[in-house]
Amino acid sequence: MNRERKAQLLQGNQACSLAAIDAGVRFYAGYPITPSTEIAEFMAEHLPRIGGKFIQMEDELGGMGAVLGAALTGAKVITATSGPGFSLKQENIGFAAMAEIPCVIVNVQRMGPSTGGPTSPAQGDIMQARWGTHGDHPIIALSPASVLETYELTVKAVNFAEKFRVPVIILLDEVVGHMREKVVLPDPAELEVVDRKRPAVLPGSYRPYETDDTGIPAMADFGTGYRWHVTGLTHNEEGAPTGQADSVERQLTRLFTKLDRYEEEITLYKTFKTADASCLFITFGCTARSAAEAVNILREEGLKAGLLQLQTIWPFPRKVVKELTRDKELVFVPELNWGQLRGEVEKYAPGKEKLYGINKINGELITPQEIAARVKEVAKAC
Amino acid sequence: MLKDIEGMMRTGRLPHIWCPGCGNGIVMKAMLEAIHESGLNTDKIVVVSGIGCSSRAPGYLNFDTVHTTHGRALAFATGIKLAKPELSVFVVTGDGDGTAIGGNHLIHAARRNIDLNVILFNNNIYGMTGGQYSPLTPQGRFATTSPYGNLERSFDICDLVRGAGATYVGRGTVYHTKLLTELVKSAIRNKGFSFVEAVSICPVSYGRRNKLGSAPEMLKWLRDNAVAVKAARAMEPEKLAGKFVIGELYRETAPEYTELYAGLIARIKEGS
Ligand code: SF4
Repeated sequence: MNRERKAQLLQGNQACSLAAIDAGVRFYAGYPITPSTEIAEFMAEHLPRIGGKFIQMEDELGGMGAVLGAALTGAKVITATSGPGFSLKQENIGFAAMAEIPCVIVNVQRMGPSTGGPTSPAQGDIMQARWGTHGDHPIIALSPASVLETYELTVKAVNFAEKFRVPVIILLDEVVGHMREKVVLPDPAELEVVDRKRPAVLPGSYRPYETDDTGIPAMADFGTGYRWHVTGLTHNEEGAPTGQADSVERQLTRLFTKLDRYEEEITLYKTFKTADASCLFITFGCTARSAAEAVNILREEGLKAGLLQLQTIWPFPRKVVKELTRDKELVFVPELNWGQLRGEVEKYAPGKEKLYGINKINGELITPQEIAARVKEVAKAC
Repeated sequence: MLKDIEGMMRTGRLPHIWCPGCGNGIVMKAMLEAIHESGLNTDKIVVVSGIGCSSRAPGYLNFDTVHTTHGRALAFATGIKLAKPELSVFVVTGDGDGTAIGGNHLIHAARRNIDLNVILFNNNIYGMTGGQYSPLTPQGRFATTSPYGNLERSFDICDLVRGAGATYVGRGTVYHTKLLTELVKSAIRNKGFSFVEAVSICPVSYGRRNKLGSAPEMLKWLRDNAVAVKAARAMEPEKLAGKFVIGELYRETAPEYTELYAGLIARIKEGS
C-alpha cells in the first residue's frame, strides 16, 4: 500500500482497513462475506507485514470470538462482515459489551432480510446495530458517507473502543464500501491514537471492574500477571459472577450509563446549509450524498433546504436533532430502508406531523432528483 | 502438592457450584497437578471455557481466565494464542459445549494444529440445563429430551479430533486420576492441538435418570469398563464391545499454526 501522503485513488473498504492499521489495529479475525471481503483481503496482505495477525475463521461466530480473545491479550482488533454475518456475530458482541472488551466491527450493510441482495446497497441495519444482541447494553455506531470519512471515522472507532471499552460498529453501506475516490490521507504519525487504560496498581490489588471517576475500568493484558476473570455472567467489581441484586444493579447501571457523560465527544455530525434552511434532511451514509445534491437542486429552485448528516448513529445524536429540527417547517429522513432512522428522529423532533420519510428498498440508491421531487410534492401540498 | 495446587485457585470464590458427587472437581485437580508438575509459569497461563457445568471451572482458577459464550471457547482461545503465542492456553469444555454447538470450532482448531490444550469433561449429558441429551449421550440412554431413549448414535470424540488433525489425543476418567494427570502433562508437552477427553460422572442429571447408582457406583462402572490401550490392542473385538479405551490414543508431529505464522512474518520481512 502506498503510504505516501499524496492524492490516491482509494476504495471505501480499503480506506477502512488502512485507517484501522494506522490507528494501531494488529489483529483481524473474520469470515468472508460480500460486500465486506476487501477488508479481510487487505488485512490478510498487510497485517503480517507489520507483525500483525490475520486469521480466516470457520464462521462468523468464531471470527468474533477470536478478535475478543486477541483483545484480551492487549491487541487492538477489528473484524468485518455484512448483514447476515453481523447477525451471527451478535451474541459475542453482547459478550464484548458485558465484559467491556474493546473491539471494532465493520458492517458493510447489504439488502435484507436474509440473504437479500449481496451486492445491493441498503441501510437496514440501524436497529440491528443498536439492538441486535439481547439485553440493554452500551454501543457506539458510526456511519461514513465518503472514502475520506471512512478513514477518519475508522480511526475514531478504534479510539472510542479503546477509550470506552465498548464494541464500536462501523455502519458502512455497499456504495461507500465499494466506491473509489481520490483522497489525501493524513500522516499516520500525526494521528491522535488512544490506548486503553492499563491498571496502575500491582497485580495483587487489581479489581478489574472497579472504576475511578471516568467510569471506565482499567484493563490488564492477559499474560502480564494480573490474573483476572472475564465472564459474560453478571459480575461484581472483582469480575466474579454474582446474582446479588445490589451488586448486579450497581455494575449494570454503570455499564448502561458509562457513555452518557461522553455524549458530546461521541456525537459526530456534519451540517450543510442549515443556518437559514426551512426544510431539513436528516440522513447518513451514501444517502447523505444524494441529499446534499438535493439541497443544491432545491435551493436553485428557491426552496431553502439544508442537511444534517449523522456520522454517529448510536448513541443517537438527540441534542443536535432536537436543536436543528425545532424551527424547521419540513423535516425529511431519506434512507435505504423502511424508516429505521426516522423512528429515532420522531422521538426527538418536536411536531411529528412535519416529518417525512423518503425510503427506497429495491436495492438502488435514492437519487438527488427523487429526493427533490418528493420535497416539492410535499411542499406543494402544504 | 495440595498446597501448590491451592495456590492456583481462587479459594475466596469457593464453595463451587457443582453438585455433591460430581466429577468436575476431580478433572480440575488433575489439570492443576499437571500444570504444577510441568512447571509452567502461572502468569502465562490462560484458561478459557464455554458454557456448562465444567465451563465454570476457570472462575475458581487463579490464572487469566475467560468464561466465554456457549461453544465459543476455542474461538476465543485461538485469538488469544495467535495474538500472544508465548501464553499457555487451556480450554475447558463439556461434551455439549465442545461437540455440539462448538463442534465446528473443535474440528477446525484441530485442523490448524494450533497449540491449545483442550480438556473435554465428558459427562454424557447437558448437566447445567437440567439433563438434555448431548452428542456424547450413548444411544438408548435417557435424558429429559430423550424420554424414550436416545435414538442418535454418539461420537467417538477422540476419533473425530484425530481425524480432524489433532496431534495429541488421550482419554482418561475421573476414576483413573493418575492417568488423567499424565495425559494432561503430555498434552502440555505437545506443541500443537492437544485433546484430552476426561470421562466424568454426573450423578445428578445423568446417573439418576439412567439408574446408574450413586457417585461411587458410577466410579466403579468407570473402573470396570475402561480398558487400557495396550490391553485393548490384544483383545478380541467382541470382548471390547460395550467397553471404552483409555490412555494415550494418538500422537503425531506436525507444524504448529502460530509457529507457521511466525515463519510467515519472518519470510515477508526477509523479502522486503
Ligand atoms: S449437574 Fe452433573 S455435571 Fe453438573 S454439577 Fe451437577 S453433577 Fe456435576
